[in-house]
Amino acid sequence: MTFEYAPAPESTSIVDIRPSYGLFIDGEFRDSIDGDTIKTINPATEEVLSEVVAAGPRDVAAAVEAARRAYQTVWGTMPGTERAKYLYRIARIIQERSRELAVLETIDNGKPIRESRDVDLPLVAAHFFYYAGWADKLSYAGFGPHPRPLGVAAQVIPWNFPLLMLAWKIAPALACGNTVVLKPAETTPLTALVFAEICQQADLPPGVVNIITGAGETGRHLVEHPDVDKIAFTGSTEVGRQIARAAAGTRKRLTLELGGKAANIVFDDAPLDQAVEGIVNGIFFNQGHVCCAGSRLLVQESIHDELLTALKRRISLLRLGDPLDKNTDIGAINSAAQLERIRALSEIGELEGAERWSAPCPLPDRGFWFPPTVFTGVSQAHRIAREEIFGPVLSVLTFRTPEEAVAKANNTPYGLSAGIWTEKGSRILWMADRLRAGVVWANTFNKFDPSSPFGGYKESGYGREGGRHGLEAYLAV
Amino acid sequence: MRKLAGMTATTPLPAVADLVNMPEAWRTLLHGLPSVDQVGAEQRAAMLATRSIKTTSKAWALDLAIRMVDLTTLEGADTPGKVRALCAKARRPDPTDPHCPQVAAVCVYPSMVSTAAAYLAGTGIKVASVATAFPSGQAPLEVKLADTRAAVAAGADEIDMVIDRGAFLAGRYSEVFDQIAAVKQACGNAHLKVILETGELATLDNVRRASWLAMVAGADFIKTSTGKVQPAATLPVTLVMLEAVRDFRERTGRQVGVKPAGGIRTAKDALRYLVLVNETAGPDWLDPAWFRFGASSLLNDLLMQRAKLATGHYSGHDYVTLD
Repeated sequence: MTFEYAPAPESTSIVDIRPSYGLFIDGEFRDSIDGDTIKTINPATEEVLSEVVAAGPRDVAAAVEAARRAYQTVWGTMPGTERAKYLYRIARIIQERSRELAVLETIDNGKPIRESRDVDLPLVAAHFFYYAGWADKLSYAGFGPHPRPLGVAAQVIPWNFPLLMLAWKIAPALACGNTVVLKPAETTPLTALVFAEICQQADLPPGVVNIITGAGETGRHLVEHPDVDKIAFTGSTEVGRQIARAAAGTRKRLTLELGGKAANIVFDDAPLDQAVEGIVNGIFFNQGHVCCAGSRLLVQESIHDELLTALKRRISLLRLGDPLDKNTDIGAINSAAQLERIRALSEIGELEGAERWSAPCPLPDRGFWFPPTVFTGVSQAHRIAREEIFGPVLSVLTFRTPEEAVAKANNTPYGLSAGIWTEKGSRILWMADRLRAGVVWANTFNKFDPSSPFGGYKESGYGREGGRHGLEAYLAV
Repeated sequence: MRKLAGMTATTPLPAVADLVNMPEAWRTLLHGLPSVDQVGAEQRAAMLATRSIKTTSKAWALDLAIRMVDLTTLEGADTPGKVRALCAKARRPDPTDPHCPQVAAVCVYPSMVSTAAAYLAGTGIKVASVATAFPSGQAPLEVKLADTRAAVAAGADEIDMVIDRGAFLAGRYSEVFDQIAAVKQACGNAHLKVILETGELATLDNVRRASWLAMVAGADFIKTSTGKVQPAATLPVTLVMLEAVRDFRERTGRQVGVKPAGGIRTAKDALRYLVLVNETAGPDWLDPAWFRFGASSLLNDLLMQRAKLATGHYSGHDYVTLD
């Protein structure tokens, strides 16, 4: 007897996507001065959703100018108690419009509605609420009696969590008294443009938040603009390097949140069923498009076979398909380019001798899809154990002792996150002290909270976002 | 387990044999099971509770849920009249719809078994009886066995026994094992459901250990609760028990059923349990032979939702029978 779940698609009638969007500068949507247009598509169907601007240098300059003016005349001088009111208002409007935003995020990004509804949107609202609370308490944050804002922040965000990354950037910047020019990723601009509407709805003074769409070139113009005081970037390590070079020798403050190749370490005394859940959540959450994804499973050799059997059984249950279906676990890969990269690295994995297993799930005919995949017999020398795949591909390695687990976990140029699965509290602490990763999860994975700082070691970047620590990046300290 | 396979009197290592024959061997076995992380288990159960079951799959699942109900009355005030009414309901849950399936069983106290058996004869509906000093289990073994034999003699097809939680919590696992094994023997051909009373075991680690103990001792079903203790059935507890029966079949080849009981009142709850079964133990358990709901008020909500799905509107409480 099989229990087929009938399609349960979330209605799209709540979203209203315009055929084209301008740039949000100085509190209004404007036509571009010198930009091109780019199309944004639904990665699950390849349908064109809308046309947006690829902002040119003069567009960027106009946005930075508006942000500077707003900083000098309104926002930089406004008391924290007043700034907080705007942030609380934005947070409440996000909650009120959360279903609309979740559906739109899923359409533009390809992530399952279950995740945009249950993870992304609640965290977005929570982030604004959290930093709204800090706006009038900055004197007590540990950065001196009267910490000053930096000025105009240029913020460039990725496509994997479009609205959540926007919240991580804009909420602390505004709470500290900065104004922002934010560029969403070229494949996922739509929720940022609805956020611009929310700024209007909240009566946020013009110029405090400016949203300019575009691709890498627009981002380059933005971070290289001379009147920018602060750059915050989340994205690939390669682009992060370019930005660091561009910012070198200028007054600009820089925080980077880059790639990762996290180790998820499972000891033989781990709670096995929950470890399996954690491994699945670690690598298949958001199709593995997560910079802190647990993409390297380090399993104690003595339980390797047992764990892999349980893991494959569980992965076979994952439901891949229409991201708008409320029962979908694995949505679409965000773009053709990303799908190509995942395929290429997976083929390299096979060529290098690792054993490939993919969940036996049918893939839709249209759109960009990749089945949940596990590579076993992976060694530290394999490229799939070293390079960030940014897709639903797990590499499985083994270890024998805690020392070896730490050594292998740290043997990567990255250092964003790590996971430990063991029932021994003392071992968790021993490991956490030795793992060179910004976040160490114990008996869980991919848990986020606005009060918890997030950021990397080594080539995963520098600076922290979230929590009290996240304020530092937007204050002159 | 009292004597491991291969360990005979001629073994050259008597010290080892002594070791595994000690009652403490149960501790070694049960505490050697993989532990359960409560936060993770609750998270998994909560995630599965978001599954959206609509249209055709809902219709299918509602009928399956009705077929899995152990329609229960366990009150001091039970009378033959009450049991008779319950049996009538079990046979025709929805008098207006001849296509509405029957429930799996009627569950009563031992004194009501003969009444229920008389009214259910020839229907295929099982008579289940609680036994072994239900609900506390705090009685001498002889009393429990007599209770069981009496229920079986009166016509019970299934016996729902309670474990001695006091002995379990005190770590006297072999005593609990011996009692279950003895009751199993007293059951004869009747199926044995072992009630763990998970609300009193408190931790999910204990739930997993008690599940294994009951299965090794011969349980045909493991059941969450008596319904007399809060919390009764919960999704995380049932998740852990479903993992246990799945793992037990993998190791031994023997399939054991699961019965959450107590506190399941709505069709929505029932569908969540079925999703849990489907994605934990697997579709082999989606059958009244392997999964049951111990419930009384659940049936009426299942019937109302069933009618709603067929007609497009809710009929209201006065259109389902109160028994």
